[in-house]
Amino acid sequence: MSNYIALTYTDLLLASIFLVINGLLSLWLHLGLERKLAIAAVRMVVQLILVGLLLKSLFSILSPWLTLLVATSMVLFAGREVWARQERKLRGLWGFGIGTGAMAFAGAGITVIALTTMIGSDPWWTPRFALPVLGMVLGNTMNGISLALDALHTGISRERVSIEAQLLLGQTRWSALRPVLRRALRSGFMPIINAMGAVGIVSLPGMMTGQILSGVDPTEAVKYQLLVMFLIGGATGLGVLAATFGSVWRLTDERDRLRLERLTKPKDSA
Amino acid sequence: MNPENPLLKVRALTRLMIGPVSFGVGAGECVAITGPSGTGKSVLLRAIVDLDPNDGQVQAGDVIRADVPAPDWRKTVAMLPAESGWWLDHVAPHFQAPDRIRGQLPLVGLPETAMEWEVARLSTGEKHRLALLRCLEGGPKVLLLDEPTAALDHDTTLQIEALLKQQLDQGTAILIVTHDGTQAKRLAHRILRLEDGQLQRVAA
Ligand SMILES: Nc1ncnc2c1ncn2[C@@H]1O[C@H](COP(=O)(O)OP(=O)(O)OP(=O)(O)O)[C@@H](O)[C@H]1O
Ligand SMILES: [Mg+2]
Repeated sequence: MSNYIALTYTDLLLASIFLVINGLLSLWLHLGLERKLAIAAVRMVVQLILVGLLLKSLFSILSPWLTLLVATSMVLFAGREVWARQERKLRGLWGFGIGTGAMAFAGAGITVIALTTMIGSDPWWTPRFALPVLGMVLGNTMNGISLALDALHTGISRERVSIEAQLLLGQTRWSALRPVLRRALRSGFMPIINAMGAVGIVSLPGMMTGQILSGVDPTEAVKYQLLVMFLIGGATGLGVLAATFGSVWRLTDERDRLRLERLTKPKDSA
Repeated sequence: MNPENPLLKVRALTRLMIGPVSFGVGAGECVAITGPSGTGKSVLLRAIVDLDPNDGQVQAGDVIRADVPAPDWRKTVAMLPAESGWWLDHVAPHFQAPDRIRGQLPLVGLPETAMEWEVARLSTGEKHRLALLRCLEGGPKVLLLDEPTAALDHDTTLQIEALLKQQLDQGTAILIVTHDGTQAKRLAHRILRLEDGQLQRVAA
């Protein structure tokens, strides 16, 4: 990668001026955004620098256990995020468990398969390949699952009467919940479907752009991007399916009843 | 009507503030349940159709509730809840055989074209009458009705009662929750009052 241009910290400082201008504009126009903007910017800088340092040492230590530890905490953080993004959640450990389990199953599972077969890094868990791929897959799976579960739980509580009407007419829990389930699956799948449709025309994915900037041949970068998009699409789909079916199973019982008491209620607000 | 061997048999049913209660409803018999608001009349009906977790044995003829899948049970013992539920945009697809039911619409005071209406335009009473036909469509042996005529005027109420009497003549057992004392007198062979979780017979 001979034509790779390393950035200096002065370059970054210069680039940040545009954000500072935004902050000043917010002050001047009394938009009240300057605090939020500043906090978010500082968080971004600190988090990315730390992650850079962490990855650098992980890459040099090359320990499977450390890699596993980092990967596990990534899954757990993503699970917490899924949990926090639902207005109504399953009570107890289930609330955290179903989303996290679905992500571990789909996200981590697919990442492992990709590493061992398609990417074929040696050893397969090499953190330089494993962690970025896992990160991209998890980030998208997390979005899909949280959207799907949020839609499912909101739909089920809002449509209790019509769901129970179907149960009362002798339908099974799966058939009575099908309309709500279908809508939840659709919201979970939408972002990735939209992303696949728009990629390359409306947006150039960050990863591909990054590779091209660092001197990789664009057709090679596209291959990597395609691989990642396939992985993301597959993992999001499987994760969304697993999480929604798990949640429907938990919110009903073997006597085909709706068990809404297993769902938390959001705080009443006007 | 054979009081020794009722069609619907409820034994030691317990759910929330209810029970344990035991009672029976014979084939062709109508039993009315009354009681102040909030005593658990709706809770009792939901427990019988197994829509909420509950304890106790329930039997309809020789069908024992615990031995059959819940959907089969609810086809045998059907419940019409106080609030009707709809999950599609039009009336017709909520029925198994809309064309067969169309002819029965006048029985509940609706024109045959009501089958083609949109659910969104239905009044509360129209929804309720359609829900009753939908509930009867599967030919249940036992009917649990939660205030079936609460939203209706007097004449339509009488029309619905005529339909229910027809069901009784066919041997259906009916358990009806009503706040209307005169309706209980017109329809019911027995009146039970639910208070403090227990059912008491009211002198007819
Ligand atoms: N799932 C539930 N969990 C806890 N309490 C419940 C539940 N369902 C109903 N209740 C309570 O049980 C009581 C009885 O409710 P129910 O709906 O059976 O009253 P009702 O006798 O049908 O009254 P009404 O005549 O007004 O319809 C009410 O106080 C209600 O708040
Ligand atoms: Mg009630």
